[in-house]
Amino acid sequence: MTAMLEVKDLTKNFVKRLDMAGKIAQKLGSSIREEVVHAVDTASFTVDKGEVVGLVGESGCGKSTLGRMIAGILPPTAGQISFKGVEFTSMTQEEGDAAALAIQMIFQDPFASLNPRMRVEEIIGEAPVIHGMTTMQEKANYVGETMERVGLGREYSRRYPHQFSGGQRQRIGIARALAVQPEFLVCDEAIAALDVSIQAQVINLFMDLRTDLDLTYLFISHDLSVVEHISDRLVIMYLGRIVETAPTDELFDKPNHPYTSALLNEVPRLDHRGIDYEPVSGEIPSPLDPPPGCHFHPRCPHAMDRCKAEIPVLREIAPGRLSACHLNDG
Amino acid sequence: MNTIAEQVAPIAAASEVKVETPFRRFCTAFLDSKVATTALIVLGILIFMALFAPLISPTNPYDLAVVSILDSKMPPGTKSLDGVTFLLGTDGAGRDLVSAMIYGLRISLGVGVMSGIFAMAIGATVGLIAAYFGGRTENIIMRIVDIQLSFPAILVALILLAILGKGVDKITIALIIVQWAYYARTVRGSALVERNKEYIEAATCLAIGHRRILFRHLLPNCLPPLIVVGTIQTAHAISLEATLSFLGVGLPVSEPSLGLLISNGFDYMLSGKYWISFFPGIALLITIVSINLVGDQLRDVLNPRLDR
Repeated sequence: MTAMLEVKDLTKNFVKRLDMAGKIAQKLGSSIREEVVHAVDTASFTVDKGEVVGLVGESGCGKSTLGRMIAGILPPTAGQISFKGVEFTSMTQEEGDAAALAIQMIFQDPFASLNPRMRVEEIIGEAPVIHGMTTMQEKANYVGETMERVGLGREYSRRYPHQFSGGQRQRIGIARALAVQPEFLVCDEAIAALDVSIQAQVINLFMDLRTDLDLTYLFISHDLSVVEHISDRLVIMYLGRIVETAPTDELFDKPNHPYTSALLNEVPRLDHRGIDYEPVSGEIPSPLDPPPGCHFHPRCPHAMDRCKAEIPVLREIAPGRLSACHLNDG
Repeated sequence: MNTIAEQVAPIAAASEVKVETPFRRFCTAFLDSKVATTALIVLGILIFMALFAPLISPTNPYDLAVVSILDSKMPPGTKSLDGVTFLLGTDGAGRDLVSAMIYGLRISLGVGVMSGIFAMAIGATVGLIAAYFGGRTENIIMRIVDIQLSFPAILVALILLAILGKGVDKITIALIIVQWAYYARTVRGSALVERNKEYIEAATCLAIGHRRILFRHLLPNCLPPLIVVGTIQTAHAISLEATLSFLGVGLPVSEPSLGLLISNGFDYMLSGKYWISFFPGIALLITIVSINLVGDQLRDVLNPRLDR
């Protein structure tokens, strides 16, 4: 069976090009050079149909960039994304449009992600009309059905986004994505900006939609405790690289990568009550100038000489489990 | 799932009473300033006079059958041979100055507003394209804008009119060419901020076409600064037109704008016949000042950082 989504060696670099003055300075022998941020560095993973995959990492590790490339918002620098076995760049225009609609994104900030000058009806109904999923005449009813699906009353369709609360706005954002009948949702910190009480409601909504509409999720979060409950499998990212992927239970039971262990130590748990939480020592290094070898070695308690020189490869350590750490070699 | 909708219903219903619409809030804030309100009323009267000039003005200054050279250069308040009182006197050709000013205002405002609208349409489109597509497109467009803005507007307009010739249409074209760059730069500035917001990413993700994203999503959110620049640039266009007419390159003598009226009276200034230049000058001043005051207040009201 081919995976629903397959990401292979996906890379995204952000380059700050030199301006005229910089180029001249470089010609004259200055050490000035183009600044390159390796936001995502040869990331590979798969998501199967119906699965919920959590993508976890500290802020700035490139998880949002990865999500945006999958959703087709950012073009990758290198690497391939395949949807249902077809590679993005080899798709025809029609297939590409279909794939773009099938993969939708839910955004973090419910205030910035809705156009403030459009009515809810227009926000949700615009794309389905353009793509022929409904007609101008049917739009009101179509939007109403979609709104009810995410728990909003259809009588609010004539309102503007500023007339809603944060949780309601996030529901509008979800309705907008659902309106184009997607199969795959990328949720980029979709609940991070909400109140804790609303977070649970929205997560439950996601899980209800999963069973009702047979959706597949990539759930991006910096918070392990959130994704633990909803994910079948976790992908851990550190500074642009994927360091470990494993089924959620196994990862929580027996983390392999030292970074994963460090992350798990930070999750508050009932059975760990009373212990002092130790933060992962050190700062996350600048992605402008990442450390050589394994990116994690400056903060890793088990770092060896080899870690400073050689990049560890992501390889299978057990069925369904991948990890990128030299400790697994011996 | 309906239960959630029912739970939030009372909250939302209550907030509808409390939340005033942005438009009403905007009106209240605008009318806060007495000066700006007065300026708006004056501007309203001026626009009304310009629109209904044939109905309001005592005589038709373009009708050569009515204009008599015997009435020329009459001081304010004199009666003509036909018994018409010239409230503000007559100009060198014997035209009633009140009528000439009302018609002149019509041309001045017309030229200013028309050039403003077209320059805004062109500038906004170009600025949006620059901000949205970025990269080389943006570089080329913005360098053209920079070059355009580095030349004094009056100089460019003079050269253009020397090539194009005289006429209301010609001067409007010249004013559009010297003004579009201001709009382009303003729109690009605010579009750069808006384009990185998530609702634009969402529109991209929904495979909505570029043109629709530009004009339906990006443009409406860049409107406030555009409105402010629009009013101030219109005032600028009116004064530029007056200047050009005064220099004798803008409009034909047969259809005088306020600037041309001032220019016509300039010859008689030193012979004591001040009114021919003076009153059109005052009218021009009032027009430009009131537009600028309205524009200033708009800028204050629409700028969220100056929220009092």
